[in-house]
Amino acid sequence: MQITHLDHETDFDGWRDQARDLLSKGVRPEDTVWRVGKAETDLFDRLTGKVDAIPPVKQITVPRSFLSNAQMAICHRDPARFDLLYRLLWRLQATPGLLANAVDNDVYRLNALTKAIRRDRHKMHAFVRFREVIGEDEETFIAWFEPEHRITELAAPFFMRRFANMRWSILTPDRCAHWDKKSLTFTDGATASQAPQEDELEDLWRGYYRSIFNPARLKIKAMTSEMPKKYWKNLPEADLIEPLIASARALETQMVEAAPTPVKRAASYEFADLDTAPADAIKALRREAASCARCDHACHATQTVFGEGPTNASLMIVGEQPGDLEDIAGRPFVGPAGEIFDAALADAGLMRDEIYLTNAVKHFRFTPKGKTRLHQPPRVAHIDHCRWWLKAERALVQPRLTLAMGATAIRALHGKPLKVAEARRGFECFDGGDALASLHPAAVLRQTTQANRDACYRSLVEDLSRAKQHAPAA
Amino acid sequence: MASITRLQKLEILADAAKYDASCSSSGSTKRDSRGGKGMGSSEGMGICHAYTPDGRCISLLKVLMTNVCMFDCRFCVNRSSSNVQRARFTPDELATLTTDFYKRNYIEGLFLSSGIIRSPDYTMEQLVETARILRHKLDFRGYIHLKTIPDADPELIAEAGRLADRVSINVELPTREGLAKFAPEKDDKRIKSAMAVTRSQIAQWKDERKKFKSTPRFAPAGQSTQMIVGADGSKDAQILRSSADLYGSYKLKRVYYSAFSPIPDASKDLPPTRPPLMREHRIYQADWLWRFYGFDLEDLSHSMKGGMLPLDIDPKLAWALNQRAQFPVDVNKAPKEMLLRVPGLGTTSVGKIVSARRHGRLRLEHVGRLCRNIKKIRPFIEAADWRPTALTDRSDLRDMLAPPAKQLSLAL
Repeated sequence: MQITHLDHETDFDGWRDQARDLLSKGVRPEDTVWRVGKAETDLFDRLTGKVDAIPPVKQITVPRSFLSNAQMAICHRDPARFDLLYRLLWRLQATPGLLANAVDNDVYRLNALTKAIRRDRHKMHAFVRFREVIGEDEETFIAWFEPEHRITELAAPFFMRRFANMRWSILTPDRCAHWDKKSLTFTDGATASQAPQEDELEDLWRGYYRSIFNPARLKIKAMTSEMPKKYWKNLPEADLIEPLIASARALETQMVEAAPTPVKRAASYEFADLDTAPADAIKALRREAASCARCDHACHATQTVFGEGPTNASLMIVGEQPGDLEDIAGRPFVGPAGEIFDAALADAGLMRDEIYLTNAVKHFRFTPKGKTRLHQPPRVAHIDHCRWWLKAERALVQPRLTLAMGATAIRALHGKPLKVAEARRGFECFDGGDALASLHPAAVLRQTTQANRDACYRSLVEDLSRAKQHAPAA
Repeated sequence: MASITRLQKLEILADAAKYDASCSSSGSTKRDSRGGKGMGSSEGMGICHAYTPDGRCISLLKVLMTNVCMFDCRFCVNRSSSNVQRARFTPDELATLTTDFYKRNYIEGLFLSSGIIRSPDYTMEQLVETARILRHKLDFRGYIHLKTIPDADPELIAEAGRLADRVSINVELPTREGLAKFAPEKDDKRIKSAMAVTRSQIAQWKDERKKFKSTPRFAPAGQSTQMIVGADGSKDAQILRSSADLYGSYKLKRVYYSAFSPIPDASKDLPPTRPPLMREHRIYQADWLWRFYGFDLEDLSHSMKGGMLPLDIDPKLAWALNQRAQFPVDVNKAPKEMLLRVPGLGTTSVGKIVSARRHGRLRLEHVGRLCRNIKKIRPFIEAADWRPTALTDRSDLRDMLAPPAKQLSLAL
């Protein structure tokens, strides 16, 4: 039986050095006993032993996660933690992937210990309450806290990062942490009486605690599971809990039963007049369209995406409907298909700002899927409803030629179905205007091979070039 | 009004803010106070510094700048026609209060909202000014959540985004009709447009950050919103569809649901009842199911009756009871997606099962170690030593798993 001594309860470095030593000598876990505190006779041996440390006979490797978990587990008050860690270290030599097996007895235990430590550390970060002490030069903040495990050293760096420019101390029964704006130091445990007993801000804090509580939602269990009673004695707000619970039901009943009091003063405020005189008809039309709700999907979209471009444009290009990014930006052709469209325009020698651009349907139609929206093509009814706006736009712009991109635009402009291939040769719009057709730019994106993408893109550029020829500049 | 103390003001303005459910302080960029003049850090994980007996956490100092408001939203305690006492903080007072609380480790930061006074721009400017004092004058590096006002100047909203960790606008009611009826001055299109602007600004920041590390951050913890449950007649199905739209359209980090709760001096248009807390809880569960468990709205609608989720059992169990042909699921073989559909198995448990089963066949006892309540799971799984046989198909399975009906206790 090998008895191994550690300097103190959270002596991780000591444990690691000696565990490495034991392992290299092949000492089995069941043959070791770990003790905290030095044995009298042992002191000299250990000191000299460290100087002449024999390098380990074989390379000891452990996953990095084991070391960080061991560092935490050692802060636990479970007396068996050193044995557990050595046993795991031993077993990891034969089974390096052991820690992933959460149902293994030892791994299960290790996970339970580290979980408890993580929680305790998190609660310490949350429930420490500093009290201000006015010193000669500057104020210091001191807190008294009783963590469940020996975690002061583990939890202190968080406060150092958060309050780097403030002097503070956290006193606990096991260890105390101090920060003087330069270095973090630790001293032995303290008692509650060594910490300040009050802070005048606490009245304000209690006032806040009382007011933010909603008596109509009493859920005591939800509170105690996150803020267990063991922490209450050091929380200045905790003495309010009992009285707040006691008065909650009465307050709620009072609110439920109370008849509304008559309004003392009539609310009269002046709102800025948002409606200015329309600069021109298209602006008025755009504003009117903004509140259109003729289709069932209008309420799901962000906004009406109306057409844009000069009202004297000779060429009008009509697409299908706005997509995700168009819906967000409120402008047509700004998404991925818009990029293809812009490139194709440039290749055809057309200027975007000389064309009136719009869509057959003005609202984005989609189904939500996780954090994205899946585009849904418009139904015939939507195309028919929305033709009202297209008609009005066309009446104002009166383009010499219209290019319909994709089947939806052709359907909207022609009034009845027509194949894209046929429409490309030219067709007549519902109002008698001349129209050509092309693929929708999104068709380029849908192709699975580069060759098909190139072919689609070329066809789009070709159709745009033809539109350019037939629609001389205004 | 002149003699009102800081404590009285805080009590009025915290009381006025408590109907906003959001209190999260997580998901922002990592930073701390080292190398600066002030205080504060943010390390990814949010911290709840206290819990009140309503089970809600206190993470941020949640107050209104003022509870004076020119709007008259029926469900709101601060509506212009309410007789509650009014108060107002100045930006300086708020900044000092925030740092006073922060230094004592009471809070993670500030969640500031306001009633609308004078004009949307004026109100927004006051909120932004508070954040500006905190960030620039006091070098405060803790968490700031600002409410944005829909009709405020986009440049002010952009400034709010540069100063805050999170920005939010509440849609309040899931349908346009509800909003028109109960919040006549609010307009769902304007609220949505404001969210759309924020989404593109966040996207732009993320994009530019790839090229230039120094790009000023923009609401790194994203945007969120809140919907009130039970004030208008909306069904769960409508609430969930609205919420799915909002997540998808504006890449929201969270949609909060807040059971409509009786307020002092309530409007006569509203139901004077206890808040529907269980309904709120079920909606949250459904929200989680489709965000983290691969459910879609259609899955959820199968177990609804008249557009409402069952109250006595959770939506996942309700779904599973309707889909028994898909069970039992073999924990040793089933794909992760199917394990996530087992009632009682959460994402963490499923992750552990998937990695533990590489080391050997799992028995029922092993699964018991990785989850909370094996009794609830047993009818839906197979393990090395366990087959539920007829249990999965028993007609009284629902009764076996549903919590026993009990008389609500009135005593405390």
